[in-house]
Amino acid sequence: MDDAGLSVPVAARGLTKTFGSFRAVDDVDFQVQPGEAFGFLGPNGAGKSSTMRMIGCVSPRTAGDLTVFGLDPTRDGSTIRARLGVVPQEDALDVELNVRENLYVYGRFFDLKRSEIRRRTEELLEFTQLTERADDRVEPLSGGMKRRLTIARALINQPDLVLLDEPTTGLDPQARHLVWDRLYRLKQQGATLILTTHYMDEAEQLCDRLVVMDNGRIVDDGSPRALIDRHCTKEVVELRLAATTDLERSAGHLRRDGLEVEVLPDRILIYADDGEAALSFADGVGLRPESALIRRSTLEDVFLALTGRTLVEAG
Amino acid sequence: MTTPIGHRRYPSVGSVQPPAGTWTTPRFVRVVEYHLVGYRRMWRGSIVRIVISPILYLLSMGIGVGSLVDQRGAVDLAGGSYLAFVAPGLMAAAAMQSASAASLYPVLASVKWLRTAYGQVGTPLRPVDLVVGLQAWFAILALAAAIFFTLVLAVFGVVASPLVVLAPLATVLGGLSFSAPLAAWAMSQQDDHKFSVVFRLIVLPMFLLSGVFFPVEQLPAPLEAVAVVAPLWHTIELTRGLTLGTAGMSDFFHVAVLVAYVIAGCLYGKRTYTRRLYP
Repeated sequence: MDDAGLSVPVAARGLTKTFGSFRAVDDVDFQVQPGEAFGFLGPNGAGKSSTMRMIGCVSPRTAGDLTVFGLDPTRDGSTIRARLGVVPQEDALDVELNVRENLYVYGRFFDLKRSEIRRRTEELLEFTQLTERADDRVEPLSGGMKRRLTIARALINQPDLVLLDEPTTGLDPQARHLVWDRLYRLKQQGATLILTTHYMDEAEQLCDRLVVMDNGRIVDDGSPRALIDRHCTKEVVELRLAATTDLERSAGHLRRDGLEVEVLPDRILIYADDGEAALSFADGVGLRPESALIRRSTLEDVFLALTGRTLVEAG
Repeated sequence: MTTPIGHRRYPSVGSVQPPAGTWTTPRFVRVVEYHLVGYRRMWRGSIVRIVISPILYLLSMGIGVGSLVDQRGAVDLAGGSYLAFVAPGLMAAAAMQSASAASLYPVLASVKWLRTAYGQVGTPLRPVDLVVGLQAWFAILALAAAIFFTLVLAVFGVVASPLVVLAPLATVLGGLSFSAPLAAWAMSQQDDHKFSVVFRLIVLPMFLLSGVFFPVEQLPAPLEAVAVVAPLWHTIELTRGLTLGTAGMSDFFHVAVLVAYVIAGCLYGKRTYTRRLYP
Protein backbone atom coordinates (compact mmCIF):
# COMPACT_ATOMS: atom_id res chain seq x y z
CA MET A 1 0.00 0.00 0.00
CA ASP A 2 1.72 3.17 -1.15
CA ASP A 3 0.86 6.74 -0.18
CA ALA A 4 -0.43 7.55 -3.64
CA GLY A 5 -2.89 4.68 -3.41
CA LEU A 6 -4.20 5.88 -0.07
CA SER A 7 -5.07 9.33 -1.31
CA VAL A 8 -7.14 8.11 -4.25
CA PRO A 9 -10.59 6.75 -3.30
CA VAL A 10 -11.02 4.88 -6.59
CA ALA A 11 -8.62 4.18 -9.44
CA ALA A 12 -9.42 1.98 -12.43
CA ARG A 13 -7.29 1.05 -15.38
CA GLY A 14 -8.41 -1.20 -18.20
CA LEU A 15 -11.37 -2.21 -16.04
CA THR A 16 -13.49 -4.78 -17.84
CA LYS A 17 -16.57 -6.83 -16.97
CA THR A 18 -18.04 -9.45 -19.23
CA PHE A 19 -21.11 -11.64 -18.79
CA GLY A 20 -20.60 -14.51 -21.20
CA SER A 21 -19.78 -12.87 -24.51
CA PHE A 22 -21.39 -9.56 -23.51
CA ARG A 23 -18.90 -6.84 -22.57
CA ALA A 24 -20.80 -4.77 -19.99
CA VAL A 25 -17.76 -2.68 -19.13
CA ASP A 26 -15.08 -2.52 -21.75
CA ASP A 27 -11.59 -1.37 -20.82
CA VAL A 28 -12.34 1.83 -18.90
CA ASP A 29 -9.89 4.11 -17.06
CA PHE A 30 -10.87 6.66 -14.45
CA GLN A 31 -9.81 8.11 -11.11
CA VAL A 32 -11.95 9.63 -8.41
CA GLN A 33 -10.38 12.32 -6.24
CA PRO A 34 -11.03 12.82 -2.52
CA GLY A 35 -14.00 15.07 -1.83
CA GLU A 36 -15.29 15.22 -5.36
CA ALA A 37 -18.67 14.29 -6.74
CA PHE A 38 -17.97 12.02 -9.68
CA GLY A 39 -20.63 10.94 -12.11
CA PHE A 40 -21.24 8.24 -14.68
CA LEU A 41 -23.65 9.59 -17.29
CA GLY A 42 -25.15 7.28 -19.85
CA PRO A 43 -28.26 5.46 -20.99
CA ASN A 44 -29.52 2.20 -19.47
CA GLY A 45 -27.17 -0.63 -20.35
CA ALA A 46 -24.15 1.62 -20.79
CA GLY A 47 -22.24 -0.21 -18.05
CA LYS A 48 -22.71 2.31 -15.25
CA SER A 49 -24.25 -0.07 -12.73
CA SER A 50 -21.76 -2.83 -13.50
CA THR A 51 -18.95 -0.37 -12.85
CA MET A 52 -20.58 0.71 -9.60
CA ARG A 53 -20.95 -2.88 -8.43
CA MET A 54 -17.28 -3.53 -9.06
CA ILE A 55 -16.36 -0.42 -7.05
CA GLY A 56 -18.77 -1.59 -4.34
CA CYS A 57 -16.90 -4.92 -4.17
CA VAL A 58 -20.02 -6.96 -4.94
CA SER A 59 -19.03 -8.02 -8.44
CA PRO A 60 -15.63 -9.43 -9.37
CA ARG A 61 -13.92 -7.72 -12.28
CA THR A 62 -13.12 -9.76 -15.37
CA ALA A 63 -9.91 -7.92 -16.24
CA GLY A 64 -7.96 -4.76 -15.52
CA ASP A 65 -6.88 -3.01 -12.34
CA LEU A 66 -9.16 -1.56 -9.70
CA THR A 67 -8.29 -0.14 -6.31
CA VAL A 68 -10.64 1.34 -3.74
CA PHE A 69 -8.88 3.24 -0.94
CA GLY A 70 -5.74 1.70 -2.39
CA LEU A 71 -7.02 -1.81 -1.62
CA ASP A 72 -7.91 -4.66 -3.95
CA PRO A 73 -11.67 -5.43 -4.00
CA THR A 74 -11.02 -9.11 -4.67
CA ARG A 75 -8.85 -9.56 -1.60
CA ASP A 76 -10.09 -6.87 0.78
CA GLY A 77 -13.76 -6.61 -0.17
CA SER A 78 -15.08 -6.79 3.37
CA THR A 79 -12.63 -4.15 4.64
CA ILE A 80 -13.45 -1.81 1.78
CA ARG A 81 -17.19 -2.27 2.15
CA ALA A 82 -16.92 -1.30 5.81
CA ARG A 83 -16.01 2.20 4.57
CA LEU A 84 -18.56 2.50 1.78
CA GLY A 85 -22.11 3.79 1.79
CA VAL A 86 -24.15 2.18 -0.95
CA VAL A 87 -27.45 3.42 -2.37
CA PRO A 88 -28.38 0.71 -4.88
CA GLN A 89 -30.69 1.24 -7.81
CA GLU A 90 -33.48 -0.61 -6.02
CA ASP A 91 -34.01 0.33 -2.40
CA ALA A 92 -34.09 -3.25 -1.07
CA LEU A 93 -35.26 -2.10 2.34
CA ASP A 94 -36.74 -4.48 4.91
CA VAL A 95 -40.32 -3.47 4.25
CA GLU A 96 -41.71 -5.48 7.17
CA LEU A 97 -39.56 -3.54 9.63
CA ASN A 98 -40.09 0.07 10.64
CA VAL A 99 -37.83 2.95 9.63
CA ARG A 100 -35.75 2.89 12.80
CA GLU A 101 -35.32 -0.89 12.72
CA ASN A 102 -34.01 -0.69 9.16
CA LEU A 103 -31.24 1.60 10.31
CA TYR A 104 -30.62 -0.55 13.38
CA VAL A 105 -30.13 -3.87 11.59
CA TYR A 106 -27.97 -2.23 8.96
CA GLY A 107 -25.81 -0.57 11.61
CA ARG A 108 -25.33 -3.93 13.26
CA PHE A 109 -24.02 -5.37 9.97
CA PHE A 110 -21.14 -2.92 10.46
CA ASP A 111 -20.86 -4.06 14.09
CA LEU A 112 -21.64 -0.56 15.39
CA LYS A 113 -22.51 -0.33 19.07
CA ARG A 114 -26.21 -0.14 19.85
CA SER A 115 -25.87 3.23 21.59
CA GLU A 116 -23.89 4.58 18.63
CA ILE A 117 -26.55 3.39 16.19
CA ARG A 118 -29.27 5.05 18.24
CA ARG A 119 -27.38 8.34 18.25
CA ARG A 120 -26.67 8.29 14.52
CA THR A 121 -30.22 7.19 13.75
CA GLU A 122 -31.66 10.36 15.26
CA GLU A 123 -29.18 12.49 13.28
CA LEU A 124 -29.83 10.70 10.03
CA LEU A 125 -33.61 10.74 10.39
CA GLU A 126 -33.35 14.47 10.94
CA PHE A 127 -31.05 14.84 7.94
CA THR A 128 -33.35 12.90 5.63
CA GLN A 129 -36.51 14.43 7.13
CA LEU A 130 -37.94 11.12 8.28
CA THR A 131 -38.08 11.77 12.03
CA GLU A 132 -41.87 11.80 12.05
CA ARG A 133 -42.04 8.42 10.32
CA ALA A 134 -39.38 6.78 12.51
CA ASP A 135 -41.73 4.20 14.01
CA ASP A 136 -43.78 3.51 10.90
CA ARG A 137 -43.42 0.41 8.82
CA VAL A 138 -41.50 0.97 5.57
CA GLU A 139 -43.95 -0.76 3.23
CA PRO A 140 -46.51 2.07 2.95
CA LEU A 141 -43.97 4.91 2.68
CA SER A 142 -43.81 6.91 -0.55
CA GLY A 143 -41.08 6.28 -3.11
CA GLY A 144 -39.29 9.47 -2.11
CA MET A 145 -39.30 8.55 1.57
CA LYS A 146 -38.00 5.05 0.84
CA ARG A 147 -35.22 6.58 -1.23
CA ARG A 148 -34.28 8.94 1.58
CA LEU A 149 -34.31 6.05 4.04
CA THR A 150 -31.99 4.13 1.73
CA ILE A 151 -29.67 7.14 1.73
CA ALA A 152 -29.85 7.39 5.52
CA ARG A 153 -29.06 3.67 5.76
CA ALA A 154 -26.05 4.11 3.50
CA LEU A 155 -24.68 6.79 5.84
CA ILE A 156 -25.06 4.84 9.11
CA ASN A 157 -21.40 3.76 9.06
CA GLN A 158 -20.13 7.28 8.30
CA PRO A 159 -18.68 6.14 4.99
CA ASP A 160 -15.61 7.64 3.38
CA LEU A 161 -17.16 7.15 -0.04
CA VAL A 162 -20.83 7.09 -1.00
CA LEU A 163 -21.99 5.18 -4.10
CA LEU A 164 -25.35 6.21 -5.52
CA ASP A 165 -26.79 4.21 -8.42
CA GLU A 166 -29.46 6.34 -10.09
CA PRO A 167 -30.41 8.07 -6.85
CA THR A 168 -33.54 9.80 -8.19
CA THR A 169 -34.83 7.51 -10.93
CA GLY A 170 -38.56 7.01 -10.53
CA LEU A 171 -39.10 9.92 -8.13
CA ASP A 172 -41.46 12.78 -8.78
CA PRO A 173 -39.86 16.23 -9.28
CA GLN A 174 -40.47 17.38 -5.73
CA ALA A 175 -39.01 14.23 -4.18
CA ARG A 176 -36.09 14.45 -6.58
CA HIS A 177 -35.24 17.99 -5.53
CA LEU A 178 -35.28 17.01 -1.88
CA VAL A 179 -32.82 14.17 -2.58
CA TRP A 180 -30.60 16.50 -4.61
CA ASP A 181 -30.62 18.99 -1.77
CA ARG A 182 -29.47 16.35 0.73
CA LEU A 183 -26.77 15.05 -1.58
CA TYR A 184 -25.59 18.57 -2.22
CA ARG A 185 -25.24 19.12 1.53
CA LEU A 186 -23.27 15.91 1.89
CA LYS A 187 -20.96 17.08 -0.86
CA GLN A 188 -20.53 20.47 0.81
CA GLN A 189 -19.52 18.72 4.00
CA GLY A 190 -16.69 17.09 2.08
CA ALA A 191 -18.05 13.64 1.29
CA THR A 192 -16.74 11.84 -1.77
CA LEU A 193 -19.67 10.85 -3.95
CA ILE A 194 -19.88 8.62 -7.00
CA LEU A 195 -23.20 8.54 -8.77
CA THR A 196 -24.70 7.17 -11.94
CA THR A 197 -27.50 8.88 -13.75
CA HIS A 198 -29.22 9.20 -17.06
CA TYR A 199 -30.55 12.61 -16.15
CA MET A 200 -28.38 15.38 -17.50
CA ASP A 201 -29.78 17.92 -15.02
CA GLU A 202 -28.81 15.63 -12.15
CA ALA A 203 -25.29 15.33 -13.51
CA GLU A 204 -25.03 19.09 -14.02
CA GLN A 205 -26.31 19.88 -10.56
CA LEU A 206 -24.33 17.39 -8.54
CA CYS A 207 -21.19 16.36 -10.40
CA ASP A 208 -17.85 18.16 -10.29
CA ARG A 209 -16.60 15.80 -12.92
CA LEU A 210 -18.16 13.05 -14.96
CA VAL A 211 -17.52 10.46 -17.58
CA VAL A 212 -19.95 9.78 -20.39
CA MET A 213 -20.46 6.05 -20.93
CA ASP A 214 -21.93 4.30 -23.93
CA ASN A 215 -21.85 0.57 -24.73
CA GLY A 216 -19.50 -0.18 -21.88
CA ARG A 217 -16.91 2.41 -22.88
CA ILE A 218 -16.04 5.88 -21.67
CA VAL A 219 -16.52 8.25 -24.58
CA ASP A 220 -15.35 11.43 -22.84
CA ASP A 221 -14.80 12.95 -19.44
CA GLY A 222 -14.54 16.34 -17.79
CA SER A 223 -16.60 18.82 -15.79
CA PRO A 224 -20.17 19.31 -17.03
CA ARG A 225 -19.23 22.80 -18.24
CA ALA A 226 -16.06 21.63 -19.96
CA LEU A 227 -17.92 18.84 -21.75
CA ILE A 228 -20.56 21.25 -22.97
CA ASP A 229 -17.95 23.75 -24.12
CA ARG A 230 -15.98 21.05 -25.89
CA HIS A 231 -18.82 19.44 -27.78
CA CYS A 232 -21.49 22.10 -28.05
CA THR A 233 -22.22 25.68 -28.78
CA LYS A 234 -23.58 28.02 -26.17
CA GLU A 235 -27.17 27.72 -27.32
CA VAL A 236 -29.39 25.25 -29.10
CA VAL A 237 -32.41 26.04 -31.24
CA GLU A 238 -35.05 23.32 -31.37
CA LEU A 239 -37.35 23.50 -34.37
CA ARG A 240 -40.49 21.42 -34.56
CA LEU A 241 -41.77 21.25 -38.10
CA ALA A 242 -45.02 20.05 -39.60
CA ALA A 243 -45.14 16.26 -39.83
CA THR A 244 -45.09 16.38 -43.62
CA THR A 245 -41.82 18.30 -43.77
CA ASP A 246 -38.75 16.53 -45.11
CA LEU A 247 -36.43 17.12 -42.18
CA GLU A 248 -33.25 16.04 -43.97
CA ARG A 249 -33.95 18.41 -46.85
CA SER A 250 -34.60 21.28 -44.46
CA ALA A 251 -31.44 20.46 -42.55
CA GLY A 252 -29.56 20.50 -45.84
CA HIS A 253 -30.62 24.10 -46.45
CA LEU A 254 -29.36 25.11 -43.04
CA ARG A 255 -26.07 23.24 -43.39
CA ARG A 256 -25.43 24.97 -46.71
CA ASP A 257 -25.48 28.20 -44.79
CA GLY A 258 -22.79 26.92 -42.46
CA LEU A 259 -24.95 26.01 -39.45
CA GLU A 260 -24.27 22.98 -37.31
CA VAL A 261 -27.43 20.90 -37.46
CA GLU A 262 -28.67 17.64 -35.96
CA VAL A 263 -31.78 15.86 -37.20
CA LEU A 264 -33.88 13.96 -34.68
CA PRO A 265 -36.97 11.89 -35.51
CA ASP A 266 -39.32 14.69 -34.52
CA ARG A 267 -37.29 17.91 -34.74
CA ILE A 268 -34.19 19.70 -35.94
CA LEU A 269 -31.54 21.04 -33.57
CA ILE A 270 -29.34 23.98 -34.58
CA TYR A 271 -26.18 24.53 -32.56
CA ALA A 272 -25.24 28.18 -32.36
CA ASP A 273 -23.65 30.65 -30.00
CA ASP A 274 -26.40 33.10 -30.83
CA GLY A 275 -29.75 31.32 -30.96
CA GLU A 276 -31.76 34.34 -32.10
CA ALA A 277 -29.49 34.89 -35.09
CA ALA A 278 -29.72 31.20 -36.03
CA LEU A 279 -33.48 31.30 -35.79
CA SER A 280 -33.78 34.30 -38.12
CA PHE A 281 -31.38 32.51 -40.45
CA ALA A 282 -33.75 29.56 -40.56
CA ASP A 283 -36.57 31.96 -41.27
CA GLY A 284 -34.49 33.41 -44.12
CA VAL A 285 -34.15 30.05 -45.87
CA GLY A 286 -37.89 29.58 -45.71
CA LEU A 287 -38.35 27.19 -42.77
CA ARG A 288 -41.69 27.68 -41.05
CA PRO A 289 -41.50 25.71 -37.79
CA GLU A 290 -44.64 24.96 -35.79
CA SER A 291 -42.65 25.87 -32.70
CA ALA A 292 -39.15 27.10 -32.00
CA LEU A 293 -37.27 26.97 -28.71
CA ILE A 294 -33.94 28.58 -27.92
CA ARG A 295 -32.24 27.06 -24.87
CA ARG A 296 -28.85 26.69 -23.26
CA SER A 297 -27.00 23.58 -24.35
CA THR A 298 -26.94 20.68 -21.90
CA LEU A 299 -25.22 17.36 -21.32
CA GLU A 300 -27.98 15.79 -23.39
CA ASP A 301 -26.50 17.63 -26.36
CA VAL A 302 -23.04 16.42 -25.40
CA PHE A 303 -24.29 12.86 -25.38
CA LEU A 304 -25.91 13.37 -28.76
CA ALA A 305 -22.73 14.85 -30.18
CA LEU A 306 -20.68 11.94 -28.81
CA THR A 307 -22.93 9.04 -29.77
CA GLY A 308 -25.36 10.34 -32.38
CA ARG A 309 -28.28 9.34 -30.18
CA THR A 310 -30.24 11.06 -27.45
CA LEU A 311 -30.10 9.59 -23.97
CA VAL A 312 -33.80 8.73 -24.25
CA GLU A 313 -33.40 6.91 -27.56
CA ALA A 314 -30.34 5.08 -26.28
CA GLY A 315 -32.09 3.94 -23.10
CA MET B 1 -19.95 24.26 12.96
CA THR B 2 -21.56 20.99 13.94
CA THR B 3 -19.98 17.67 13.10
CA PRO B 4 -20.71 16.52 9.57
CA ILE B 5 -23.60 14.13 9.40
CA GLY B 6 -23.29 10.64 8.16
CA HIS B 7 -19.76 10.58 6.86
CA ARG B 8 -16.18 11.32 7.66
CA ARG B 9 -14.13 13.75 5.75
CA TYR B 10 -11.88 11.77 3.45
CA PRO B 11 -9.20 10.61 4.05
CA SER B 12 -9.57 8.90 7.36
CA VAL B 13 -7.18 6.07 6.73
CA GLY B 14 -6.03 4.42 9.91
CA SER B 15 -9.34 4.77 11.70
CA VAL B 16 -10.74 1.82 9.83
CA GLN B 17 -9.34 -1.20 11.56
CA PRO B 18 -10.36 -1.46 15.17
CA PRO B 19 -7.40 -1.47 17.56
CA ALA B 20 -5.95 -4.90 18.23
CA GLY B 21 -7.75 -6.79 20.96
CA THR B 22 -11.08 -5.05 20.35
CA TRP B 23 -14.00 -7.46 20.32
CA THR B 24 -15.74 -7.65 16.99
CA THR B 25 -18.98 -9.58 16.64
CA PRO B 26 -18.52 -12.54 14.28
CA ARG B 27 -20.20 -11.67 11.01
CA PHE B 28 -22.61 -14.60 11.01
CA VAL B 29 -23.82 -13.54 14.47
CA ARG B 30 -24.79 -10.14 13.04
CA VAL B 31 -26.94 -12.03 10.55
CA VAL B 32 -28.58 -13.97 13.40
CA GLU B 33 -29.37 -10.65 15.10
CA TYR B 34 -30.97 -9.44 11.89
CA HIS B 35 -33.29 -12.45 11.75
CA LEU B 36 -34.10 -11.98 15.42
CA VAL B 37 -35.27 -8.39 14.80
CA GLY B 38 -37.55 -9.59 12.00
CA TYR B 39 -38.83 -12.47 14.15
CA ARG B 40 -40.00 -10.07 16.86
CA ARG B 41 -42.79 -9.11 14.45
CA MET B 42 -44.04 -12.63 13.78
CA TRP B 43 -43.23 -14.75 16.81
CA ARG B 44 -46.87 -15.19 17.82
CA GLY B 45 -47.79 -17.27 14.78
CA SER B 46 -44.65 -19.31 15.15
CA ILE B 47 -45.25 -20.00 18.85
CA VAL B 48 -48.74 -21.31 18.10
CA ARG B 49 -47.28 -23.75 15.60
CA ILE B 50 -44.53 -24.85 17.98
CA VAL B 51 -47.04 -25.50 20.77
CA ILE B 52 -50.04 -26.88 18.92
CA SER B 53 -48.50 -29.21 16.34
CA PRO B 54 -46.77 -31.68 18.70
CA ILE B 55 -49.90 -32.04 20.77
CA LEU B 56 -52.10 -32.65 17.73
CA TYR B 57 -49.67 -35.12 16.20
CA LEU B 58 -49.31 -37.12 19.40
CA LEU B 59 -53.03 -37.19 20.03
CA SER B 60 -53.93 -38.37 16.53
CA MET B 61 -51.05 -40.64 15.55
CA GLY B 62 -49.89 -41.71 18.96
CA ILE B 63 -53.05 -42.23 20.88
CA GLY B 64 -55.63 -42.47 18.07
CA VAL B 65 -53.80 -44.75 15.65
CA GLY B 66 -51.70 -46.21 18.45
CA SER B 67 -54.66 -47.71 20.25
CA LEU B 68 -55.57 -49.68 17.10
CA VAL B 69 -52.00 -50.83 16.44
CA ASP B 70 -51.33 -51.89 20.02
CA GLN B 71 -54.51 -54.03 20.05
CA ARG B 72 -53.28 -56.00 17.01
CA GLY B 73 -49.71 -56.35 18.34
CA ALA B 74 -48.56 -57.39 14.88
CA VAL B 75 -45.11 -55.78 14.92
CA ASP B 76 -42.46 -55.73 17.58
CA LEU B 77 -41.84 -52.03 18.19
CA ALA B 78 -38.78 -50.75 20.02
CA GLY B 79 -40.58 -48.89 22.78
CA GLY B 80 -43.42 -51.29 23.36
CA SER B 81 -46.35 -48.98 22.64
CA TYR B 82 -47.01 -47.45 19.23
CA LEU B 83 -47.15 -44.00 20.85
CA ALA B 84 -43.60 -44.45 22.15
CA PHE B 85 -42.48 -45.61 18.72
CA VAL B 86 -44.08 -42.86 16.67
CA ALA B 87 -43.54 -39.87 18.99
CA PRO B 88 -39.74 -39.36 18.49
CA GLY B 89 -40.24 -39.84 14.76
CA LEU B 90 -42.90 -37.15 14.70
CA MET B 91 -40.54 -34.78 16.51
CA ALA B 92 -37.88 -35.33 13.83
CA ALA B 93 -40.42 -34.99 11.02
CA ALA B 94 -41.77 -31.73 12.43
CA ALA B 95 -38.24 -30.29 12.39
CA MET B 96 -37.84 -31.41 8.77
CA GLN B 97 -41.06 -29.72 7.72
CA SER B 98 -40.27 -26.42 9.46
CA ALA B 99 -36.77 -26.41 8.03
CA SER B 100 -38.01 -27.08 4.50
CA ALA B 101 -40.67 -24.39 4.61
CA ALA B 102 -38.27 -21.79 6.00
CA SER B 103 -35.55 -22.54 3.45
CA LEU B 104 -37.38 -22.18 0.15
CA TYR B 105 -39.64 -19.12 -0.21
CA PRO B 106 -37.89 -16.84 2.31
CA VAL B 107 -34.50 -17.47 0.70
CA LEU B 108 -35.69 -16.82 -2.84
CA ALA B 109 -37.64 -13.78 -1.62
CA SER B 110 -34.46 -12.25 -0.23
CA VAL B 111 -32.95 -12.06 -3.72
CA LYS B 112 -35.95 -11.97 -6.03
CA TRP B 113 -38.90 -10.15 -4.50
CA LEU B 114 -37.45 -8.19 -1.56
CA ARG B 115 -33.81 -8.10 -2.70
CA THR B 116 -32.71 -7.53 0.88
CA ALA B 117 -29.77 -9.91 0.52
CA TYR B 118 -28.16 -7.58 -2.02
CA GLY B 119 -28.22 -4.80 0.57
CA GLN B 120 -26.68 -7.09 3.16
CA VAL B 121 -23.67 -8.08 1.07
CA GLY B 122 -22.95 -4.40 0.38
CA THR B 123 -21.75 -4.21 3.99
CA PRO B 124 -18.79 -6.04 5.55
CA LEU B 125 -20.93 -9.21 5.39
CA ARG B 126 -20.04 -11.77 2.74
CA PRO B 127 -22.31 -14.32 1.06
CA VAL B 128 -20.92 -17.07 3.28
CA ASP B 129 -21.89 -15.05 6.37
CA LEU B 130 -25.49 -15.03 5.11
CA VAL B 131 -25.33 -18.80 4.64
CA VAL B 132 -23.97 -19.58 8.10
CA GLY B 133 -26.03 -16.86 9.80
CA LEU B 134 -29.30 -18.20 8.40
CA GLN B 135 -28.51 -21.78 9.44
CA ALA B 136 -27.47 -20.62 12.91
CA TRP B 137 -30.77 -18.78 13.22
CA PHE B 138 -32.68 -21.88 12.09
CA ALA B 139 -30.79 -23.88 14.70
CA ILE B 140 -32.00 -21.55 17.45
CA LEU B 141 -35.62 -21.76 16.30
CA ALA B 142 -35.45 -25.51 15.84
CA LEU B 143 -33.92 -25.95 19.28
CA ALA B 144 -36.74 -24.02 20.94
CA ALA B 145 -39.34 -26.11 19.09
CA ALA B 146 -37.57 -29.41 19.86
CA ILE B 147 -37.22 -28.63 23.56
CA PHE B 148 -40.94 -27.99 23.75
CA PHE B 149 -41.67 -31.16 21.79
CA THR B 150 -39.50 -33.14 24.20
CA LEU B 151 -41.43 -31.73 27.15
CA VAL B 152 -44.66 -32.86 25.49
CA LEU B 153 -43.14 -36.32 25.05
CA ALA B 154 -42.46 -36.40 28.79
CA VAL B 155 -46.00 -35.36 29.54
CA PHE B 156 -47.31 -38.16 27.32
CA GLY B 157 -45.13 -40.56 29.30
CA VAL B 158 -42.99 -41.61 26.33
CA VAL B 159 -39.55 -40.76 27.74
CA ALA B 160 -37.64 -43.82 28.94
CA SER B 161 -34.05 -42.57 29.22
CA PRO B 162 -32.11 -39.60 30.66
CA LEU B 163 -30.37 -39.43 27.26
CA VAL B 164 -33.52 -37.69 26.09
CA VAL B 165 -31.89 -34.38 26.99
CA LEU B 166 -29.80 -34.89 23.85
CA ALA B 167 -32.84 -35.50 21.65
CA PRO B 168 -33.45 -31.78 20.92
CA LEU B 169 -29.87 -31.44 19.66
CA ALA B 170 -30.31 -34.44 17.38
CA THR B 171 -33.53 -32.90 16.10
CA VAL B 172 -31.79 -29.59 15.37
CA LEU B 173 -29.08 -31.41 13.45
CA GLY B 174 -31.78 -33.21 11.49
CA GLY B 175 -33.50 -29.91 10.67
CA LEU B 176 -30.25 -28.36 9.45
CA SER B 177 -29.58 -31.39 7.26
CA PHE B 178 -32.62 -30.20 5.29
CA SER B 179 -32.39 -26.44 5.58
CA ALA B 180 -28.73 -26.14 4.57
CA PRO B 181 -28.98 -27.94 1.20
CA LEU B 182 -32.47 -26.58 0.45
CA ALA B 183 -31.55 -22.95 1.16
CA ALA B 184 -28.50 -23.35 -1.06
CA TRP B 185 -30.60 -24.79 -3.85
CA ALA B 186 -33.35 -22.16 -3.45
CA MET B 187 -30.71 -19.44 -3.91
CA SER B 188 -29.90 -20.89 -7.33
CA GLN B 189 -33.51 -20.74 -8.56
CA GLN B 190 -34.90 -18.00 -10.79
CA ASP B 191 -38.52 -18.64 -9.73
CA ASP B 192 -40.53 -20.82 -7.34
CA HIS B 193 -41.88 -23.29 -9.92
CA LYS B 194 -39.97 -26.25 -8.55
CA PHE B 195 -40.67 -25.59 -4.87
CA SER B 196 -43.92 -27.56 -4.81
CA VAL B 197 -42.09 -30.44 -6.47
CA VAL B 198 -39.64 -30.47 -3.56
CA PHE B 199 -42.49 -30.79 -1.12
CA ARG B 200 -44.30 -33.47 -3.14
CA LEU B 201 -41.34 -35.56 -4.23
CA ILE B 202 -38.89 -35.12 -1.34
CA VAL B 203 -40.46 -33.88 1.86
CA LEU B 204 -43.77 -35.75 1.75
CA PRO B 205 -42.35 -39.16 0.68
CA MET B 206 -39.69 -38.89 3.34
CA PHE B 207 -42.31 -38.05 5.92
CA LEU B 208 -44.34 -41.10 4.94
CA LEU B 209 -41.57 -43.62 4.27
CA SER B 210 -38.52 -42.79 6.43
CA GLY B 211 -39.58 -44.68 9.50
CA VAL B 212 -41.80 -42.18 11.28
CA PHE B 213 -44.87 -44.42 11.25
CA PHE B 214 -43.35 -47.89 10.82
CA PRO B 215 -39.85 -49.41 10.77
CA VAL B 216 -38.21 -49.05 7.34
CA GLU B 217 -37.55 -52.82 7.39
CA GLN B 218 -41.25 -53.16 6.51
CA LEU B 219 -40.55 -51.55 3.11
CA PRO B 220 -39.65 -53.52 -0.03
CA ALA B 221 -35.85 -53.78 -0.22
CA PRO B 222 -35.24 -51.16 -2.96
CA LEU B 223 -37.35 -48.58 -1.16
CA GLU B 224 -35.65 -49.38 2.11
CA ALA B 225 -32.30 -48.68 0.48
CA VAL B 226 -33.56 -45.24 -0.54
CA ALA B 227 -35.03 -44.55 2.87
CA VAL B 228 -31.80 -45.20 4.75
CA VAL B 229 -29.94 -42.66 2.61
CA ALA B 230 -32.47 -39.96 3.46
CA PRO B 231 -31.47 -37.61 6.27
CA LEU B 232 -34.82 -38.01 8.00
CA TRP B 233 -34.23 -41.71 8.70
CA HIS B 234 -30.92 -40.93 10.42
CA THR B 235 -32.56 -38.22 12.50
CA ILE B 236 -35.36 -40.55 13.55
CA GLU B 237 -32.96 -43.32 14.51
CA LEU B 238 -31.16 -40.80 16.72
CA THR B 239 -34.20 -39.25 18.40
CA ARG B 240 -35.83 -42.63 18.91
CA GLY B 241 -32.72 -44.13 20.46
CA LEU B 242 -32.21 -41.17 22.78
CA THR B 243 -35.84 -41.01 23.86
CA LEU B 244 -36.37 -44.72 24.42
CA GLY B 245 -32.90 -45.48 25.77
CA THR B 246 -31.87 -47.80 22.95
CA ALA B 247 -29.06 -45.54 21.68
CA GLY B 248 -25.75 -47.24 20.86
CA MET B 249 -22.47 -46.81 19.02
CA SER B 250 -24.23 -46.83 15.65
CA ASP B 251 -25.69 -43.45 16.54
CA PHE B 252 -22.30 -41.83 15.98
CA PHE B 253 -22.67 -42.97 12.40
CA HIS B 254 -26.06 -41.22 12.14
CA VAL B 255 -24.55 -38.05 13.56
CA ALA B 256 -21.72 -38.22 11.03
CA VAL B 257 -24.14 -38.61 8.13
CA LEU B 258 -26.24 -35.64 9.27
CA VAL B 259 -23.18 -33.46 9.86
CA ALA B 260 -22.04 -34.34 6.35
CA TYR B 261 -25.40 -33.18 4.95
CA VAL B 262 -25.10 -29.88 6.84
CA ILE B 263 -21.51 -29.21 5.79
CA ALA B 264 -22.17 -30.16 2.18
CA GLY B 265 -25.24 -27.93 2.24
CA CYS B 266 -23.29 -24.96 3.56
CA LEU B 267 -20.50 -25.42 1.00
CA TYR B 268 -23.08 -25.67 -1.76
CA GLY B 269 -24.71 -22.57 -0.28
CA LYS B 270 -21.47 -20.63 -0.28
CA ARG B 271 -21.28 -21.35 -3.99
CA THR B 272 -24.87 -20.49 -4.93
CA TYR B 273 -25.05 -17.42 -2.68
CA THR B 274 -21.77 -16.06 -4.08
CA ARG B 275 -22.86 -16.62 -7.67
CA ARG B 276 -26.17 -14.94 -7.08
CA LEU B 277 -25.07 -12.04 -4.89
CA TYR B 278 -21.68 -11.26 -6.44
CA PRO B 279 -22.48 -11.62 -10.15
